[in-house]
Amino acid sequence: MTIGLGHYLTVSAILFTLGIFGIFLNRKNLIVILMSVELMLLSVNINLVAFSSFLNDLAGQVFTMLVLTVAAAEAAIGLAIVVVFYRNRRSIEVEDINQMRG
Amino acid sequence: MTALPALSLVLPEVLLTVGAMALLMIGVFKKKDSTSLLTGLAVLLMVAAGASLVLDPPAAGTAFGGLFVVNEFTSFAKLMTLLGAGIALVMINSWAHTEGIARFELPIVVVFATLGMLMMISANDFIALYVGLELQSLSLYVLAAFHRNNLRATEAGVKYFVLGALASGLLLYGSSLVYGFGGTTSFAGLATAMASAEAGNVGVIIGIVFVIAGLAFKVSAVPFHMWTPDVYEGAPTPITAFFSVAPKIAALSLFLSVLMGPFAPMVAEWRQVIVLIAALSMAWGAIAAINQRNIKRLMAYSSIGHVGYALVGLAAASTEGARGVMFYLFIYLFMNLGTFACILAMRVKGRAVEAIDDLSGMSKSNPGIAMALAILMFSMAGIPPMAGFLAKFYVFMAAVNANLVPLAVFGLLASAVGAFYYLRLIKIMYFDAPRDAFDKPDFSTRMVMAASASLMIVYFIVPADLVSEAASAAQALTGR
Repeated sequence: MTIGLGHYLTVSAILFTLGIFGIFLNRKNLIVILMSVELMLLSVNINLVAFSSFLNDLAGQVFTMLVLTVAAAEAAIGLAIVVVFYRNRRSIEVEDINQMRG
Repeated sequence: MTALPALSLVLPEVLLTVGAMALLMIGVFKKKDSTSLLTGLAVLLMVAAGASLVLDPPAAGTAFGGLFVVNEFTSFAKLMTLLGAGIALVMINSWAHTEGIARFELPIVVVFATLGMLMMISANDFIALYVGLELQSLSLYVLAAFHRNNLRATEAGVKYFVLGALASGLLLYGSSLVYGFGGTTSFAGLATAMASAEAGNVGVIIGIVFVIAGLAFKVSAVPFHMWTPDVYEGAPTPITAFFSVAPKIAALSLFLSVLMGPFAPMVAEWRQVIVLIAALSMAWGAIAAINQRNIKRLMAYSSIGHVGYALVGLAAASTEGARGVMFYLFIYLFMNLGTFACILAMRVKGRAVEAIDDLSGMSKSNPGIAMALAILMFSMAGIPPMAGFLAKFYVFMAAVNANLVPLAVFGLLASAVGAFYYLRLIKIMYFDAPRDAFDKPDFSTRMVMAASASLMIVYFIVPADLVSEAASAAQALTGR
């Protein structure tokens, strides 16, 4: 069996769905949410690289490099926000993010 | 020898980029607190960027190998964004000093967020779109949590970050599908591919739906609005004012340029999605606001509703609809800035209050603010002698002309329900027993209030100039 575009797309779709479920079903802790966000972005990268190779077009790989860079910046800012939140609340449990309802 | 890229097209962005870095240097090397100085310089940068658009309008064209597009549509949207950001920046500065959290990074982060918005508006490729959007979003997450010793502000930052990152993920997944099944990331290339493709490439359609979901998060349209009330309530008031105007204008312009640009041939597929989210936003914005006690939460639901009305213009998918959206955004900009200036003025003995009941009897204790807020509320409700009426009128007319009569009727009903809570605010101000008078707001806040309230009347009486500006912007977008 050869591994084709469909297989890559399936893997990336599964990872992406895991990332989304990680955000919505996770009731534990903010760090897990940050990991889920990373998972979503990386699944997109698999998609882009697979398409790029399939289409013989470099734009997808350029896009991937930019996504990686932005993901790093996003993780840095996310962690910084989690740290300031921890200083005020003394907790990063998801159920403690409850000052405002909505 | 390679030719220089067309730098004259990107003059506003270059000004903001270079300027922001220069400001960062000044902030680092200056010993004393330099927030006010840097805010002044940042506002100057925005004025310069705006002036370069008005005084020497760039010829329509693309730069950087087609990644970046400039035309009358982008110039109009950029001008609105810069106006919103500049005015919000002035309010942010005076607030930061009274709250004692003035730090020099504040104006610089606002400049970077604005730069991201301008890049989004001019994006002509999914890669450029993503980079601009992220520059904007990352700066906004920081701004939401800027009051870092305040629990609510940091919680707002956490919520905004998590849901914003999710939205970026959805948008990115959508763009990867569009790239894979459409064969290119460039809007121009996609437009050709879409026009020739046999009806409905399923992969591209799924991609478009993901992109729409991501953008709907950024403009806070129902069902992707969950973050809005909490972020509006938790974030510091002038920063909420900034959130409620500049990113909305940029993201809605992006919405227009994506859907009515490369995906214009697939209007039948995406229109149903837009009709649905527009109808849900209008309804939820009207109903959920009724029970609110906090004025900032009320404004959050109000902005959800307004985004719904603006999306009606997009659902029309015509030049007339795009004109309606641009007109709506301009009026919305001043309506919201003015209202947030009034909310900023709600301080009793040096302490900020934000309950709706605190407005009680304001017409006696603070007649000026009450007058301005009443005008703005009439405008938000869309009641005739105010410009808010015309804004709604143009988008609904566009919907009717595009055979979307049920949507327009639904919008009228929603705005009638919505009028209830705007008018309730006026009733509380004018007919309830007075409470403690508010402190006298500072000069800039009073100016914003007075100017926005008077613009609501001015643009009702003489809307012609603005309408023709919006119309030529819309023509540049659709090419018709």
